[in-house]
Amino acid sequence: MIQGQYLVRSNTPLTKSMMQLSLEGDTSAIKAPGQFVNIKLDGFYLRRPLSVCDWNENRITLLYKIVGDGTRALSRMVPGQSLDVLCGLGNGFMIDKGGKKPLLIGGGAGIAPMYGLGRVLLERGVEPTVVLGFNTREEIFYKREMEAAGLNVVVCTADGSFGAKGYPSDLMGELEHDYFYACGPEAMFRAIEAAARTSGQYSFEERMGCGFGACMGCTCRTKYGNKRICKDGPVLMREEVIW
Amino acid sequence: MVNTRVSLNDITLDNPVIAASGTFGYGHEFAELYDINCLGTFSFKGTTREPRYGNPTPRIAECPSGLINAIGLQNPGIDKVIGEEIPKIRQCFRKPVIANISGFSEDEYVQCVEKIDACPEVGWIEINISCPNVHGGGMAFGTTPEAAARITGLVRRVTKKPLWIKLSPNVTDIAAIARACEDAGADAISLINTIMGMRIDLKTRRPAVAGITGGLSGEAIRPVALRMVYQVYEAVKIPVVGIGGVSCAEDVLEMMLAGATAVQVGAANLVNPFACRDIVRDLPAVMEKYGITALTDIIGGAH
Repeated sequence: MIQGQYLVRSNTPLTKSMMQLSLEGDTSAIKAPGQFVNIKLDGFYLRRPLSVCDWNENRITLLYKIVGDGTRALSRMVPGQSLDVLCGLGNGFMIDKGGKKPLLIGGGAGIAPMYGLGRVLLERGVEPTVVLGFNTREEIFYKREMEAAGLNVVVCTADGSFGAKGYPSDLMGELEHDYFYACGPEAMFRAIEAAARTSGQYSFEERMGCGFGACMGCTCRTKYGNKRICKDGPVLMREEVIW
Repeated sequence: MVNTRVSLNDITLDNPVIAASGTFGYGHEFAELYDINCLGTFSFKGTTREPRYGNPTPRIAECPSGLINAIGLQNPGIDKVIGEEIPKIRQCFRKPVIANISGFSEDEYVQCVEKIDACPEVGWIEINISCPNVHGGGMAFGTTPEAAARITGLVRRVTKKPLWIKLSPNVTDIAAIARACEDAGADAISLINTIMGMRIDLKTRRPAVAGITGGLSGEAIRPVALRMVYQVYEAVKIPVVGIGGVSCAEDVLEMMLAGATAVQVGAANLVNPFACRDIVRDLPAVMEKYGITALTDIIGGAH
């Protein structure tokens, strides 16, 4: 983990509530897709943890949903302003433990880390299929970006207004795969858990105090003992999760 | 050249900056980020006899200028702390450390203190009779002078190490409780623990933390902490360790003027993991700015 000032390069809407933020700064602490950053905002005591969508030598892309006052304040940041960021938090996806033809399942804002994960997997010669789940057509984002990166993308919507009608878990039976990675709401995880026939990894969300393992604010029980979502997670192996 | 040294129970600290219990783990988490030997010392995570998972999540809620926590004393238990955590502390910290002990019965406090007393790494024992997030323990022992004196007396008998009692602000007369602890054999008073509070989520219409109420910390509570440090300084002769919302070197000076011999930094560590290091770094320049050559000169200076 490192702390630094990061320059806002762009901060633009993707949909009514999703934003894409591009930051410039030291990315050396990011070791794996699925890690997150923790951003200090003026007027808010705690930092805001945001999943890393993608990164290169000096840029970080973050996708975030405006859900409260903090993310609304973040959405008002303009290019040229700078942010105090803790970078390279959490374990990220453990891709060495994954398969050759994995499903990358993202639901809503949980789609963000799947882009970086997909890119890294492609670079390693793995053939991932990305399943993106939305409530409705208007909420769709990052389908084109994923396709442009060379990823095979399947979209479903809960109301059937675009792609298959239903949830990502409904598609698991018909899409060939030998592993899965998932990030999204817990209801989606439960449905995946019921449908899954392979091993996999889940990236969890929890209210955090510090984001780096000090406060014990985000502890959860696993089959291998207590874990801190921020430090020992956010990614947990399917086999260790207690539902 | 300014002098930042202070003395607590005949142990000299290089500076009065102490990382507060519950915000600094067992030290090694922060030692990955910077050399924690720059600190005066730190108080490790509140430890109980048995391992504790703590409360369900969410355990954290943001507040204006602070946060509410309802962790519920998650810790691995005294035996694992002695067997695994203290050896790790020894790897990254050369100075005497403060052992923070909590409990749910008088016996539990006594047994934990007996065990920790044997650890040479521990310079002081801080008895937490002020955790607001557990039922039937913690704060229940610290809200009357009689109960606080009883615990103090019982643990006093089983250790010769300097004994601090960490007090709750959720009381009507903190000076009377501090005095009772002093009379029962305490070597210092540390205060304040968190102030009980709550938040309610407008969307769910439910309390924001699963424990319903929690403890408020952060800059929001600093004026309350200052007032109580000021009051307790007048009530006792033993040293006072000031805790509550300290976030910068100026805050350290203010707390010491109120009567603190040393100061603990808590919630600030969670927002800025380098908070303690930065405060230690900034302290000499801020002392010079206010014409202070030795920190010991200003303890209780506002009285």
